[in-house]
Amino acid sequence: MRFVDEFRNADQARALSAKIAAAREPGRHYKFMEVCGGHTHTIYKHGLEDYLPESVELVHGPGCPVCVIPMGRVDDAMHLASAPDVIMTSFGDMMRVPGSTGSFFDAKARGTDIRMVYSPLDSLKIARQNPDRRVVFMAIGFETTAPSTAMTVLRAAAEGLENFSVFCNHVTIVPAIKAILDSPDLRLDGFLGPGHVSTVIGCRPYEFIARDYGKPVVVAGFEPLDILQSIYMLMVQLSDGRAAVQNQYTRVVPWDGNPVALRAIGQTMELRPYFEWRGLGFISHSALRMRADFARFDAEQQFDVPGVRVADPKACQCGEVLKGVLKPWECKVFGTACTPETPIGTCMVSPEGACAAYYNFGRLSRQRVKEVSRS
Amino acid sequence: MTAGHPGMAGQARAGGRGPGPGEDPGAGWVAAALREHDELAAQAVPSPHDGRTRGSPQPPPGTVREEEVLERIDRARRSRPRVKEQRITMSHGAGGKATRTLVEAIFLDAFRNPLLEPLEDAAQLHVNGSRVALTTDSYVVSPLFFPGGNIGDLAVNGTVNDLAVAGAIPLYLSAGFLLEEGFPVDDLRRIVASMQDAAAAAGVQVVTGDTKVVERGKADGCYINTAGVGIIEHHRTLGVAQARPGDSVIVSGPIGDHGITIMLARGELDIEADVTSDTAPLNGLVADLLAATPGVRAMRDATRGGVATILNEVATDAGVCVVVSEDDIPVRPEVRGASELLGIDPMYVACEGRLVAVVDGAEADSALAAMRAHPLGAHAAVIGHIIDDPAGIVLLKTAFGGTRVVDLLVGDPLPRIC
Repeated sequence: MRFVDEFRNADQARALSAKIAAAREPGRHYKFMEVCGGHTHTIYKHGLEDYLPESVELVHGPGCPVCVIPMGRVDDAMHLASAPDVIMTSFGDMMRVPGSTGSFFDAKARGTDIRMVYSPLDSLKIARQNPDRRVVFMAIGFETTAPSTAMTVLRAAAEGLENFSVFCNHVTIVPAIKAILDSPDLRLDGFLGPGHVSTVIGCRPYEFIARDYGKPVVVAGFEPLDILQSIYMLMVQLSDGRAAVQNQYTRVVPWDGNPVALRAIGQTMELRPYFEWRGLGFISHSALRMRADFARFDAEQQFDVPGVRVADPKACQCGEVLKGVLKPWECKVFGTACTPETPIGTCMVSPEGACAAYYNFGRLSRQRVKEVSRS
Repeated sequence: MTAGHPGMAGQARAGGRGPGPGEDPGAGWVAAALREHDELAAQAVPSPHDGRTRGSPQPPPGTVREEEVLERIDRARRSRPRVKEQRITMSHGAGGKATRTLVEAIFLDAFRNPLLEPLEDAAQLHVNGSRVALTTDSYVVSPLFFPGGNIGDLAVNGTVNDLAVAGAIPLYLSAGFLLEEGFPVDDLRRIVASMQDAAAAAGVQVVTGDTKVVERGKADGCYINTAGVGIIEHHRTLGVAQARPGDSVIVSGPIGDHGITIMLARGELDIEADVTSDTAPLNGLVADLLAATPGVRAMRDATRGGVATILNEVATDAGVCVVVSEDDIPVRPEVRGASELLGIDPMYVACEGRLVAVVDGAEADSALAAMRAHPLGAHAAVIGHIIDDPAGIVLLKTAFGGTRVVDLLVGDPLPRIC
């Protein structure tokens, strides 16, 4: 298949693998964080770690949209959805995320009207078709999905729709990366920057990582060769003693981002003073809410939202996994109390979550997989 | 986190009425899950280097703990299935882990008997010295009409196939109709005509039936249940538990056509692709395969849950490792393209006219030739083989050159966000 197979070529992977191995300094251990959950998914889905020497380690970062949603926000969404005239609409990934009384799927089974959509525009369609109901879109995701929410709100405003609103949970990636960089218990050598977020915000927002923290950043695409090449670019920067922001994903990411998308976000949304992240706690200026001009499309202003704060279950170590301090299997409840069937932590829900990816695709030590694949 | 608001931690947001920081949020299910975890953890922990160890004889330092964790997970997975949900969710009908748990914990637990226990596509009964196969299946597909077929031929072919892959010659079918008030009679005529055509093509007769009508809104147009009986004329023992190291795994054609066709036919995705359902009766293909291959161990039709689910059933029930190669799995470019766009894996997408066969490795070539000689097996392919260890696991050698586990899904494949 064109535009896909070129980026999954095993011969080129072997060549890059050899270059990565050759770029190592003897005795040095390399730890790179792939910020984005889409990268985590690619790494596991294609078995990419088979191409990396043991001294090059990948740490799975916080860029999984559903993984960072705290339980309280899910409970708030359930409360919204339980009003009899409300139709809650949500992306599929969100359906299994647990709140304190279960997931959207469980609420749906109890009779709450929750519908899965593929785009916020589908929610708008449902709103048009059901003028006597109030339709709420559960908006989640980083800067990647925020523009589509913004464009949907602008369209709803242009059409004068009065029964559509957004429960805005959009988050921004840079404060989370900064929080991780400031975390004392972490040693990272560099970052694979989030590709699709960067199509919107561009590469400049990461410059502080190189300048202030001395860590190289390579904005990476989502095919396996993209990731191997980006790792190689990080290794080259390190061996040159440099720390800069580089763009590997040039076929999609413009250096300055997408001004139309940024304008749409800026027109409809503004930064919240703070927002709670699952496992990471409250982070300043790390999320978006609807602007006052668009209050009538803001579910938090249109409805009585309880604003529940629910402490993460004590046994759940999602925070440490999101920060890359723990490998998924090092979490106390991984794979026993917390499984994809009954996730306690959000990292176990989305196929982009580090725990779910490891559980579904990697549930065998690398050593053992190598033995089998050689047999 | 330094960027956090330590003062805020534990406080409700403005207007908050939620539980305070020290309270147990998930009084119900979280507590139950953690209790279960503690019970498991309290059980004797075997050394990772005895019994079913998966580690190399002398693992490098650092992997020992990972091995222990994997062992613990393995134990948890082998423990008695329990339905933890209070209510049925859509996942229970998706053919993955949730379905398996429901079937084992509720149905098998209540009805347990040696004929049911293998949980094969059809039960094998001994009646006056003859071997008879019996199966049943319900059809609730939406939309009722789709490219390549409709609920009627699906209902006939599905039951014919469940009999065929059990090694039986399908003979007689029943048809039960659950109709919604207001359903167009013309649509019913079209559905029933397709059923008769499908029955004639498969050489079976619909010999008994039932009709129920429910009020508008209590059903989605038309549901059909079919049951079927067939006769087993050979003396072989077929079943996924028969798979053994050295066997080969064959699929009869490109996978995922039906599931992708249905997803696109629902019109929710704004994706257009030239795909049609693969619904077809497999009894002719099965007869040719069995005639040419004494060493057939098992056959399954790859419906809900797709090929990946069947491979997992083989690995679990036979206690073997199934190794398949992504490059060898036939997938139409249209199906692959749609799957890439949606972020789902064709390995989990349903087929309605494809089977997976496990055959003696020495007979793989002749089995493949026999299948390819039949029109429904023209694109059959050997996709992998069986080894002994690590038992219970399906491994995929990716086209990219890596290796990974292929697990059962919990429920339906969900499209990814971005």
